[in-house]
Amino acid sequence: MAALSALDIHKRFGETYALKGVSFEVATAETVAVLGPSGCGKSTLLEIIAGLETPDQGDIQWNGSSLSGTPAYRREFGLMFQDFVLFPHKNVYQNVAFGLQMHRLPDDRIEKRVFEVLSLVGLPGFEKRDVNNLSGGEAQRVALARSLAPHPRLLMLDEPLGSLDRNLRERLVVDLRDILRNSQQTALYVTHDQEEAFSLADRVVVMNAGRVEQIDTPQGIYRRPASVFVARFLGLNNLITGTLHRNADEFVVDTPIGRFRLPDDVVRSSAVFNIGMTEFSSGDRTPVTALIRPDAVTLNAEQANVLHGSVQEISFRGSTCRATIHVNGTPLTFDFPASSALPKAGEDVALSFEASQALQIFPEDS
Amino acid sequence: MDGDRAALKYLPARLFQGRFNRPRLTSVLLWLAPLIFLLLFYFYPLGSILTVSFARAQGSILTPFIEALRSASIRGVLAFTFWQALLSTLLTLAIGLPGAYLLARYDFRGKSIIKALTGIAFVLPTLVVAAAFNALLGPQGMVNYTLMSAFGLEGPPIHFTNTLTAILIAHMFYNTTIVLRLVGDFWSHLDPRLGQAAEVLGANKWNVMRRITLPLLMPAIASAALLVFIFTFTSFGVILVLGGPQFATLETEIYYQTVSLFNLPLAAVLALIQLVCTLTLTIIYTRLVSGLSRPLSLRPAHITQRKITTWRGRFLAGIVILVLLSLIVAPLFALGFRSISNFERTASATARQGYGTPVWRGFTLDNYRELNINRRGSLFYARPTTTIAVSLGYAGATVVLAILLGLPTAWILSRRRSSFFSRSLDPLLMLPLGTSAVTLGLGFIVALDSPPLDLRASPLLIPLAHTLVAFPFVVRSLTPALHSISPRLREAASVMGAQPLTVFRHVDLPLVARALLVAATFAFTISLGEFGATVLIARPEYPTIPLAIYRLITRPGALNYGQALALSTILMLVAGVGMLAIERFRIADVGEF
Repeated sequence: MAALSALDIHKRFGETYALKGVSFEVATAETVAVLGPSGCGKSTLLEIIAGLETPDQGDIQWNGSSLSGTPAYRREFGLMFQDFVLFPHKNVYQNVAFGLQMHRLPDDRIEKRVFEVLSLVGLPGFEKRDVNNLSGGEAQRVALARSLAPHPRLLMLDEPLGSLDRNLRERLVVDLRDILRNSQQTALYVTHDQEEAFSLADRVVVMNAGRVEQIDTPQGIYRRPASVFVARFLGLNNLITGTLHRNADEFVVDTPIGRFRLPDDVVRSSAVFNIGMTEFSSGDRTPVTALIRPDAVTLNAEQANVLHGSVQEISFRGSTCRATIHVNGTPLTFDFPASSALPKAGEDVALSFEASQALQIFPEDS
Repeated sequence: MDGDRAALKYLPARLFQGRFNRPRLTSVLLWLAPLIFLLLFYFYPLGSILTVSFARAQGSILTPFIEALRSASIRGVLAFTFWQALLSTLLTLAIGLPGAYLLARYDFRGKSIIKALTGIAFVLPTLVVAAAFNALLGPQGMVNYTLMSAFGLEGPPIHFTNTLTAILIAHMFYNTTIVLRLVGDFWSHLDPRLGQAAEVLGANKWNVMRRITLPLLMPAIASAALLVFIFTFTSFGVILVLGGPQFATLETEIYYQTVSLFNLPLAAVLALIQLVCTLTLTIIYTRLVSGLSRPLSLRPAHITQRKITTWRGRFLAGIVILVLLSLIVAPLFALGFRSISNFERTASATARQGYGTPVWRGFTLDNYRELNINRRGSLFYARPTTTIAVSLGYAGATVVLAILLGLPTAWILSRRRSSFFSRSLDPLLMLPLGTSAVTLGLGFIVALDSPPLDLRASPLLIPLAHTLVAFPFVVRSLTPALHSISPRLREAASVMGAQPLTVFRHVDLPLVARALLVAATFAFTISLGEFGATVLIARPEYPTIPLAIYRLITRPGALNYGQALALSTILMLVAGVGMLAIERFRIADVGEF
């Protein structure tokens, strides 16, 4: 059952809509990441869930009951800010103890819990340190300890790694995931970084311009992006406009780089049709955007759909090589295993793919 | 060698120190200007007045103090000075803090009006404040006259002047802007997410206020409270005019002893006692602030402010605004209104001359016309236009002097806060703040009217005195702004090869432009309103506006009362226009942060 439910949340600041009907759920002990570019409304969403802002419309519920009359300080949620916002006039111990003091715990239990969370986040012995002299990574851990200390029903993290450098971020993502898993913490994680979201979250909510684009597991989102926006956001850039029509018993999509046959399941699972395919008669032509996945194409002509192009550039990326190949003047990028025999820049190559593996179609305007 | 120098330019600034002595030399030069100024125009006059007064002291050097403190009347004066300053400070905080909160956290219509109005209140000389409250609640004031004509009374029903209440209310009127500005300014840049973080952790509004906001605001509140305390501790005009003879503070007592009784030794002893008190307070203040100040990440005000949305919020905001406005506007309005009102007193048979029920006979500009008429053929008569020009000239010179001296001082103080040099000299620079204006004026008279430094005829004498008074305020407004600049910014500029002066021009100066304007406002307004020192050193043919008002208000009669109100109104308008111009300039050209 869902612990947290956001139901059709709207919020407007003056003339601009920050949120336009956002709904999703977070289950107990689950980590959900809200992923989207900056300005998509994800921070406003957190503030509304925390009770720091009120929605214009919609409701936030906990275990099925509305929180609309509950002020932030009674929600028993935790919120970790992007730049941590540690209390500058308190030391590490006092920062972590603050939430416990607000819940009127006896001093000995506060002390026990502070030591407990500080060792959980890997900072034992930091109690007396001045928070103004902590490194970025240390401040991040203190902020995490502070939000975890009062055992929040829901921990919200607003770009908690956003202000840290890349190496530190990669290490802390792992630590953070372990901490959240081990403490069975229900968590909502807001970020613009897909790697962070994918490595931390059980499920991901992709947001764009105040709306939810897709909710799925990280694998599900990567395997099957729900819209052109999501595909682009994930860096899947082989997007070609074309027309979809029915040719006898099968669907085909005509594009500037060729005609591809589509299996029924690719068409059915796409957002192009809300109606059954039987109603799509053979004369109809629908504009669509087709995605060719960069990692599902082989360097031979053995599979069903074949492309011919010239290699523009090859760049080495560790386990894979990324090739930019012009097909009929359209630049496409593909990832091949680095171990395979690779063409050189300037060579003409043949490529092939199975439509069910590599091809996806979206309504044109999405 | 030159090649080495060039390589050094690309190393972090830290590595230079001790190896490269140019910055240190610059610092010393920057120190010298304010230091020489203070030596010549503060320590030398003070030394002179003390030498003169102790010349007649018998026995040990402490004897005059012990004798003074043995006297019950002096002890009474001392106790009352503390008592009224404490009460004034608490009341000013009580009204100023809610106002500061409102101005800092909310964006609402009329906000700039409140800021400007309280600012105007602050720039008014204490004499004008006194005149304004007199015009509102005094025996010839609006309220009493209205009540008298409504109920046919022949004497004023409300006794306001010559009470402690009058002193306290005038002090609140005068000093609320200090709390609004110092605390409100700091508050408006305080990250509201600190409060939100606490709220999410389970702190209700009260706990957020008590455990997060107030502790973080403490340096600002403490400095505002201390300024108000020192101000009211050395308050002169308000006590003199509104308090009347039965209330004596150290300041008025020094004045009486000097001017009326020519008892310079006792005046000097009192001045020294006052100086010790205010210096102690200043040292406490400096320690307090340096102990409490933290590298806060300040936020631009437009991010921290929001609109008032709830009706409860609107109601509470309305009350705060109403109280502030009625405190400030009512007396000022009464001053303006009363200065153009024509009252006729209809005396009954039993009433003495000049008494009787007043009847309002409409508006008149007689009070203003009288300013240009020299009825008594006084030798020291000055037209109000001359008076205004003289005052503005002095104020302009004061701004230039105070900024020229204050900026380098603040810069050094903010850079070397922890050094022994800075920590010992910081309170020293603040000394003029704790020295009463009357003492400063007296020092000037004693020290600067004979060689080696004869400035009696110099037009700079008054700006120099005003600069002395304004200097601590200028430094106090600039130092926190300079201090809040992250050292990393400076290092970044240094690493890119910028000389210290270039760093200052491109990094520090744009960031403190706003504080600079606040400082200039302080200097300008302090000069316009300064009375205590000016009354002793101004040349009689070139009186400043406050001086002209004082001359009128000390003479009896309804005519002089009317003229005092008229001139007070003019000063109120001049100061108000200046203040609004600066406020407008600030918004138009310097965006906040």
